Amino acid sequence: MSYSISLTVNGAQRRVQLDDPRVTLLDLLRERLDLTGTKKGCDRGQCGACTVLVDGRRINSCLALAVTLDGADISTIEGLADGDTLHPVQAAFIEHDGFQCGYCTPGQIMSAVGLISEGHAGDDPERVREGMSGNLCRCAAYHGITEAVVDATRRMAETTERKSA
Amino acid sequence: MSDPVTMPIRFGSNSGQSVTRRDGVAKVTGRATYAADNHPDGMLYAVFAPATIARGRVTHLDTAAAKAHPGVVEVFTPQNRPPVVGDPDKKPFMFAIPLELLQDDTVRYAMQPIALVIGETLEAATEGARLLNPQYAAETPRTGMDAEAAKPAPSGPFGRPAEVVHGDTAAGLAKAVETLDVTYDTPAQYHNAMEPHAIVAKWDGDRLEIDTPNQAIVLSRAFYAYYLGIPADHILIRSPYLGGGFGSKAVPYSPLVLTIAAARVLDRPLKLVLSRSQMFGPVGHRGATRQRLRIGIDDQAQMTALDHVATAIVDSFDSSFPEPAAGASQGLYAASALRSALMVVHNDIGVPGAMRAPGEASGSAALECAIDEMAEKAGIDPLEFRLKNYADIEPGTGKPYSSKALRECYAKGAQRFGWAGRPLAPRQMVDENGFLTGWGMGTALFGAPMFAAQARAVLRPDGTGLVETAAADMGQGAWTALAQIAADSLGLPLDKVEFRSGSSDLPDGGVAGGSGHTATAGGALHAAGTDAIRRLGELAAADPASPLFGTGNQGFIPRDGRLYAARDESRSEAYADIIARAGGEAIEGKGSASRPPEDAGRYAMYSHGAVFAEVKIDPVLFQMRVTRLVGAFAAGRIINPKLAESQLMGGMIWGISFALHEEARFDKRTGRIMNSDLAGYHIPVNADVRGLEVMTVHEDDPHVNPLGIKGVGEIGVTGTVGAIGNAIWHATGRRIRHFPIRIEDLLAQD
Amino acid sequence: MKRFDYIRPVSVDDAVAAFRPGAAYLGGGTNLLDLMKIGVIQPDTLIDLGRIAELGPIEMLPGGGARVGALVRNSDLAYDRAFAAAFPMVAEAILAGASGQLRNAATVGGNLMQKTRCAYFQDPHSACNRREPGSGCAARGGDNANLAVLGWSDACIATNPSDMCVPLAALGAVVEVQGPAGKRDIPIADFHQLPGDQPETETALQPGELVIAIRLPTEAADFARNARYLKVRERTSFAFALVSVAAALKLDGQKIIAARIALGAVAAKPWRVTAAEDLLVGQAPTEEAFARAADALLEGARASGDNGYKIELARRAVIRALQMSAAGTPKRMPALPASPFGDVAEEHSHV
Repeated sequence: MSYSISLTVNGAQRRVQLDDPRVTLLDLLRERLDLTGTKKGCDRGQCGACTVLVDGRRINSCLALAVTLDGADISTIEGLADGDTLHPVQAAFIEHDGFQCGYCTPGQIMSAVGLISEGHAGDDPERVREGMSGNLCRCAAYHGITEAVVDATRRMAETTERKSA
Repeated sequence: MSDPVTMPIRFGSNSGQSVTRRDGVAKVTGRATYAADNHPDGMLYAVFAPATIARGRVTHLDTAAAKAHPGVVEVFTPQNRPPVVGDPDKKPFMFAIPLELLQDDTVRYAMQPIALVIGETLEAATEGARLLNPQYAAETPRTGMDAEAAKPAPSGPFGRPAEVVHGDTAAGLAKAVETLDVTYDTPAQYHNAMEPHAIVAKWDGDRLEIDTPNQAIVLSRAFYAYYLGIPADHILIRSPYLGGGFGSKAVPYSPLVLTIAAARVLDRPLKLVLSRSQMFGPVGHRGATRQRLRIGIDDQAQMTALDHVATAIVDSFDSSFPEPAAGASQGLYAASALRSALMVVHNDIGVPGAMRAPGEASGSAALECAIDEMAEKAGIDPLEFRLKNYADIEPGTGKPYSSKALRECYAKGAQRFGWAGRPLAPRQMVDENGFLTGWGMGTALFGAPMFAAQARAVLRPDGTGLVETAAADMGQGAWTALAQIAADSLGLPLDKVEFRSGSSDLPDGGVAGGSGHTATAGGALHAAGTDAIRRLGELAAADPASPLFGTGNQGFIPRDGRLYAARDESRSEAYADIIARAGGEAIEGKGSASRPPEDAGRYAMYSHGAVFAEVKIDPVLFQMRVTRLVGAFAAGRIINPKLAESQLMGGMIWGISFALHEEARFDKRTGRIMNSDLAGYHIPVNADVRGLEVMTVHEDDPHVNPLGIKGVGEIGVTGTVGAIGNAIWHATGRRIRHFPIRIEDLLAQD
Repeated sequence: MKRFDYIRPVSVDDAVAAFRPGAAYLGGGTNLLDLMKIGVIQPDTLIDLGRIAELGPIEMLPGGGARVGALVRNSDLAYDRAFAAAFPMVAEAILAGASGQLRNAATVGGNLMQKTRCAYFQDPHSACNRREPGSGCAARGGDNANLAVLGWSDACIATNPSDMCVPLAALGAVVEVQGPAGKRDIPIADFHQLPGDQPETETALQPGELVIAIRLPTEAADFARNARYLKVRERTSFAFALVSVAAALKLDGQKIIAARIALGAVAAKPWRVTAAEDLLVGQAPTEEAFARAADALLEGARASGDNGYKIELARRAVIRALQMSAAGTPKRMPALPASPFGDVAEEHSHV
C-alpha cells in the first residue's frame, strides 16, 4: 500500500509518495528528501538531536510517523537562516560557542527556537536550562548553549519591541 | 575535504586569539556533512543483528524470514560471510582490536554483530535484522569484578608497563604515623558520542571510498587495508566532521569492516549506522575498575608511600586494554615511595578501549578522594595537604617538569572559588534553602604527549596560502586552532589561508587523541609553513629586483602577506610579487612534527589543574546538584582561549557525569547491559550544569614541543570527579567509595 | 519495526469500528512508536486518532471540574491557564515529565496508556510475564533498583512511569472510554491494574476500547491553593522518577479539612490509600501528622529486589510533598518543576 502525503518543508510544498508507513519524519527528511541537517542520535526520543518544528512546535522527529503528518508545516535547520543572514539563535550559538562537534546542534537550535516561541522560559537561565534539557550534548557545551539561548531570547525580544514601536 | 563553509562571521587572526569556530556556520545551518549524511547513487542500507547473549554460540538464525521481508536484499551470516583477507582474530596493530566479522558462530559479548542484513530501505533492513530472531547455545558469562581472581596485567596500554615501582612502599607505609587503606570502584562507561558510529562504503574495482567518522584517518587506512587485502593507498577515508569521538572513533570496529566487506560482495554502496543500543558493545568502552589505595604520611603530613593497585575488567583477549587507572598516581604527589600496578579480570564483554582521559579519569577519581581522606585523617585542609606534598620534580623518576604551574592553578582556583575559610569538618554548611552544602577539590593531571604528523603548506601566486594535513575535528576545534597555527607560520591573516583536512589523501595528521593533536598536527603545519616561507625568502634574497635582495643571511619575518628582513623592516616585499617575478609557480613547503626521544626522556611533561566543586544536597531526599565548579588549568600555550575553555568545560561536565550519572548496569546473570539507551544510561542534561567557570594559567614551555602546546581535551575530567566526591563528603559527612554516587548511597547511611 | 496498515478515521465511532485484534490506537506516538521500534509491541494496524476533532478540547466544567480530551497534548494541558490554575499539581507533574519536545507530542490519552520502563519489559529477549504471559520475570534477581515496592507480585515487579497520572489519581479523576460496547467511565483508581498473576492485563480497558477523555470532578478543584507534585530523580531533569508524590490539602486556617496523596514510580499504578488521607483530616499540618500519613500510605511496602531504599525515600518524599503543599501552591511554576531544586521565590501567575 502506498500513501500520498503533502507537506510544507521549510516553506516549500512537497508531495511525498510513501511506499512504507513505517517511515518516520526523521528518516523521511534524511533518507528521502535529502535534508540531512536533522540528526539521528538515539531514534527513541531520548536525546533531542532530531528536533524539528511541526506546525511551529518542537518535537522529536524520530517519534513521528511521516504518514501521520499529511498537511503539516515542517521547519528544519536548513530553513532557518534567511539566505546568508543567520537566525538570531544560530548566530548566538556561534558567538557563545554553544557546540563542539556540532552533531546535536541542529536539534539544539530548533529546540531553542521552539522554546523561545513557547515563551515560558524568558531569559531566566534556570528556565532555559530546564527547557533545553531534552537535548543532550555529549561534548557538554551546555554552558554556551544556555548563554546563547538567553542572549538570542533577549535580542529577539528587542527586535520585536522595535518592530512594534 | 577543504575548508568548511565560508561565513559572514568576522574573526580575529592567529594564535592566542579567541577566534570564532571556523566551521560554526556549517554546523549551525545543518550544512556540515557527517558520515551518515552521505547517500551515493545505488546505495543500500546495512543493519547488523546484535547478539542478545554474552557468551555461547548462535545455533539458528531465521534467514528465511528476514529474506522474505519486502525490501531485504541479502542476509550475511557465518554461512555466507563476506570474505576478508586479514585475520579478524588477530591484533595487527597496537591500537587495533580483534574483530567479529562473522568468522564463526561464537558469541563473545552481548551486542556483538552476528549477522548483517542489507535492505533497499532502512526500514526493511532494520526489520530484516529483527526477524532473524537468533537462537543460541548460551553459556554462563563471566560478569563483574568477582568473575575470576584478578591477575597481573600482561602489560599496560600504549606499551606502558603494568607495574611501576619507585622506592619501597611497604617500608613507607610501615614507618608512617598515619595510614589510609581504601578501595574505590568505578563502573563501565560507554563513550556515546552523539553521532553513532557510521559508515558509507563505496567500491570502485579494488578502490574503496569510505565516509566514516575517524580520529586517526591515515592510520586507519592501514587497518582497513589489512582486513580487506588492498593497498592502503587504494582507500580514501573522508571524515571532515566527527560527531564526537572521545576515543571511540580511532580504530575500525567490526560493524564497519563488515559493511565494507559486504559492499564489495554486493558491488553496491552501503550505509550502516549503529543504533544507540548497539553503541554498548562492539565500539569500545571504559572498563570498570576496583582500585585499592594505600597512603602513609609522616608527622609533617608528607607522604611516605602511595600505593595504587587497580584491577580492570577486560574482555577475553590478553591483548586487551585494561583501564590504566593506577597510573594516575604517578607523577603528581611527592610521595617518597610510589607503586602503581594494574591487574585484570576477564569478562565476556566487548573490547574496552581508550575513553576520554583513559586511566586518568578513573584513577584520578579514586586518588583525589583518597587524598581527601588522608587530609581529613591528618586534620589538614585538603589544599594545604596537597601543597605539602607538592612535587617540584617528578616523584619517582626525579625528572624535572617541562613546566608546571600547578601552584598557580591552586591559588587562582581557590581564590576564585572562595576556598579560604572552608570548615574542615563535614556537614557544617547549610544554605538559605536548607540544602546541605559542601566544598571539595581535586588536582587535575594529564600527560602532554606528542605523536607524529606531516603537513604541506603552499604559498599561491596570489599571495594566499593553502595548508593540508589529515587532521580530525571531533568538536575540539581543529578546523580553527590548526588553521590559526598555520596562518601564523605563513604570516597570513586567517582568511587568506585555505585549510584542507579530514581526508586520508592529505599528509598524515596523526591521531586526534591523547590531548596531543594540536601540538602534533599543529607542529607539522607550523613546520610546513615555516619551510614555505624559507623557500620564499631564498627566492627573494637571490633576486636582484627584490627589496630583500641580499638579506638572506639575516632571516625573514612573514607578516600580513609580506616578507620583512629580520633586521631591517624597512625592506619588505609582498609574497605575490616575489612569486610573480620568480616565474609565478606556487611555493611548497613540507613539515613534520614529532618529539625527539631525547626530549621525551629528559623531562616529565604534563598539563595540570585544580578543580573546586560546590554541591548542594537535599538533607532529606539527598537529591544532589553541583552548583559551582571552578577549574584552573595550566596547559602550556593556549592557541584559542575560547575553544580551549569550551573543551575544559566539557571535560569538567564529564567529571560531573562520572561522579553522579554514568554507569552501564549489567545483569549479572546474563552479562547484558540493561540500560543501553540514553533514557537509562544517564549523562548530564542542561539542567545539571550551572556555575561553571574555567581559567587558564599561561605556561611558557620550551621543552614540551616547539609550539609549547600541551593540550586541553582530557584533563578537565580528571580532578573534577574527586572534587565532587569530596564535596559530597563535605556536605554530608559520608564517604561513598564508588561511582556514580547515588541518592540511595546517601540514604543508606542516613 | 513490523509492517502495519495505517488508517486515519475522523470520528471515535469510526475508530472503534475499525478496531480488530492486533490493531493499536495511535496518539502522539511517543511511547507506542518507541515500543514498536524495539519490537515490544507489534500491531498489524495503526489507527491514527490524530484527526479526530472530538478528542481535542479542554473544557472547564461549571462548578469547578474539567474534561480533557484524550488527544490534548501534554504541554497544551500544562500551559492551559484555567486548567493549571484549578489543578496546579497536574500541570506541575506534566512539566516534570519527559522533555519539551516529548510533551509537545505526547497526549493525555497516551500518557494514561504509558507502558512500564522496566528494562526487561522493554527487551524482547528477556523473560517478562507482562509482555509475554507465562515467560517469567527476569527483573526478579536482575537490575531492579527502580522497580516496585508496593502492589507487586511474584509475576511482575514493574512500575508505572507516568507523572501526570499521579496527581490524577490523587484527585480521583475519571477516565472516559468508548469501545465496541459503547461508552463508560472508569475511575482512575481502577484504570491501571496491579499485576497479580496476570500482569499482561495492564489496564481495565476491554479490547477495542479507547480513552476518549479524562474528567476531573468538581471537588478536585478545592485543592488548588495547596497542591504540589514532587519528583525525586537521578538527573535534575529529563529522567524518570525514583519516587514521586502528588500531595494536596484543603486547609481551614491551621486545620486540614481534606487531603489527597498519591505516590508514583513505586507500583504498577499510582499508589493512593484513602485511609492515609483520612488520618490527616482534622489535624494540623505538622511533620508528625504527615509522617503518620506517609506510614499509612506505605503500609505493606517491601523490596522486590535491590530497591528497598525506595520505601524510605518514598516516606520522606511524602512528608516533604505534604509540607510543600501546606506552604501553598506557588504563584508561578518553578523553574525546575517538581524538583527539590525548583526555585519558587518568584511571584507570578502559575504558568
